[in-house]
Amino acid sequence: MLAFVIRRILQSCMVLLTVALLAFTMFRFVGDPVAQIVSLDTPAEEVRKVRESLGLDDPVIVQMGRYLYKAVQLDFGISYQFRQPVIELLAERAPATLELALISSFLSLAIGIPMGVYTALRRDSLFARVFQSISLVGVSLPTFLIGILLIYLFAVTLGWLPSFGRGQVVTVSGRWSTGLLTASGLKALILPAITLGLYQMTLIMRLVRAEMLEVLRSDHIKFARARGLTTRAIHFRHALKSTLVPVITIAGLQLGSIIAFAVITETVFQWPGMGALFLKAVQNVDIPIMAAYLMIISALFVTINMVVDLLYAFVDPRLRATIKG
Amino acid sequence: MTIPPPSAGPTSSGDSLWSRIMAHDLTYLFFRSPLTVVAAVLSVAIILAALMAPWLASMDPFDPAQVFLADANIPPVWQDGGDPRFVLGTDDQGRDLYSAILYGMRVSLVIGLSGVALAATIGITLGLIAGYVGGRVDAVIMRVADVQLTFPAILIALLVNGVVQALSKGTSRETWAFGVLILSIGLSFWVQYARTIRGSTLIEKNKDYIHAARLVGQPTPLILLRHLLPNVIGPVLVILTINLGLAIITEATLSFLGVGLPPTQPSLGTLISIGNKYLFSGDWWIVTFPGLTLAIFVLSINLIGDWLRDALNPRLQ
Repeated sequence: MLAFVIRRILQSCMVLLTVALLAFTMFRFVGDPVAQIVSLDTPAEEVRKVRESLGLDDPVIVQMGRYLYKAVQLDFGISYQFRQPVIELLAERAPATLELALISSFLSLAIGIPMGVYTALRRDSLFARVFQSISLVGVSLPTFLIGILLIYLFAVTLGWLPSFGRGQVVTVSGRWSTGLLTASGLKALILPAITLGLYQMTLIMRLVRAEMLEVLRSDHIKFARARGLTTRAIHFRHALKSTLVPVITIAGLQLGSIIAFAVITETVFQWPGMGALFLKAVQNVDIPIMAAYLMIISALFVTINMVVDLLYAFVDPRLRATIKG
Repeated sequence: MTIPPPSAGPTSSGDSLWSRIMAHDLTYLFFRSPLTVVAAVLSVAIILAALMAPWLASMDPFDPAQVFLADANIPPVWQDGGDPRFVLGTDDQGRDLYSAILYGMRVSLVIGLSGVALAATIGITLGLIAGYVGGRVDAVIMRVADVQLTFPAILIALLVNGVVQALSKGTSRETWAFGVLILSIGLSFWVQYARTIRGSTLIEKNKDYIHAARLVGQPTPLILLRHLLPNVIGPVLVILTINLGLAIITEATLSFLGVGLPPTQPSLGTLISIGNKYLFSGDWWIVTFPGLTLAIFVLSINLIGDWLRDALNPRLQ
């Protein structure tokens, strides 16, 4: 078991290292960092000094090492367009993205699981069919179109909810700016959270339905029936429990992709988060931000993946056996 | 690509192609599902309309000589201020929306199809090699696939886009946007093909016909393409269908985010992005009609993909 944990952690580190290598390659070789800093009429002497101060004349291996060393300390360099340290820019915007992502995943779980259970238990009822169709529409509509639709309906036509921004923000404990504590902040959160969560919700609903149908056919449910348990107890105590293990796993893995998908939602709603910053960096070829975002997101993904894998190994005895073997 | 008909016995082998298709299990299942038939009719209609855009459209929205700024933001015909020349209204540059949608659909389709074709080619090739050669090659390819699978496709597409943009400084977007979109889609979707093909290759490569081919001394590439590929390609069909929908959404999203096609070569995503700017002034039609076309098309493709997955799944029959 310990060997498995160590191997898994080493594997994650390798992945991160690969990504960092990629980020460094981008940082160093895509576009000339010096040209981004100096202007056209800077004297050659100045340019040489800038080159030296950036350490661009050292061997590539040394530069790579330095880049990694700094990245571990969260120093990702200075943004070309904002002339500010990248980490500051990201830290400033992280709360907005994280709040949005967490609320969205919560929503998608809170609505998706009951809908999935319902459609599995009452397979042929009218509502189940309606839910099924809605879920297919939800998978087929691009996120940005859903966002536009919601804005048109609730912001432009009805005027109930704001169409952009975070509303009023309060700063908690010095650093974290939250929109969850003010009325306007909560109102501004509704539409983006629905937009971001809808796809995950339909995904979770379909997953719960498929798993539940599978579980209901399995032997331990037949045995529970034979024991004469009530339908209610069978469905909710036995079936739902075994359904939820894979669902929670997928939901955990999806948290990462929710944060990535936030790029689109944040653009549609002009939400001041990391995704919008990343998109602006792509448009303006701001490599330090792109590289940093890439590394932070991959660190997040890799950590989530690893934790889920390890949890699985602890929970599922079958997997534990194969790991030992 | 053909699927060997499981029901067609030796008696039907002499019949015409048409009657063999009609007698096929898939055909039977297809006509049993009215929703799928509707979806198929809709997607074929949209594809045909896009292909025949030059004949169906009332103007060429790419030709500056036919576009007049004075015609900008005209509402659809049935609203006040509508113009019979522009059935669905016009966009902010005076392009007829109906024509722009036809041409835009064509752009979206070409990019989607080429992107998926690229993804499938990369994925199938790497999957075959990984499964057949095994060992270290397999480990490396699959590790790369694992790493990539942890990133959502849209993020990879954005990164590819940003890197190309940085490398191609000075050249205008029009010259490379098309190719970059196809490349982004190809590089973000290949993993699924590689995994599927590798899985079936691992099973197939130990069968007698492969051993026989090897004993006869056929070169490895020939064995892979002539013998192995036809026997592992089946499951790829479903992925292809579902991926086409995803690819078209990805293209539209990238164009909407402003890193896809420039406004001079509008795809559906570009049109929606233009429409989004005019939503607040009440010009609802610029975003609605392209959005509706996109949604209906992707929904139809997904319905077909869903049906195909169930129809090809032996466990459900």
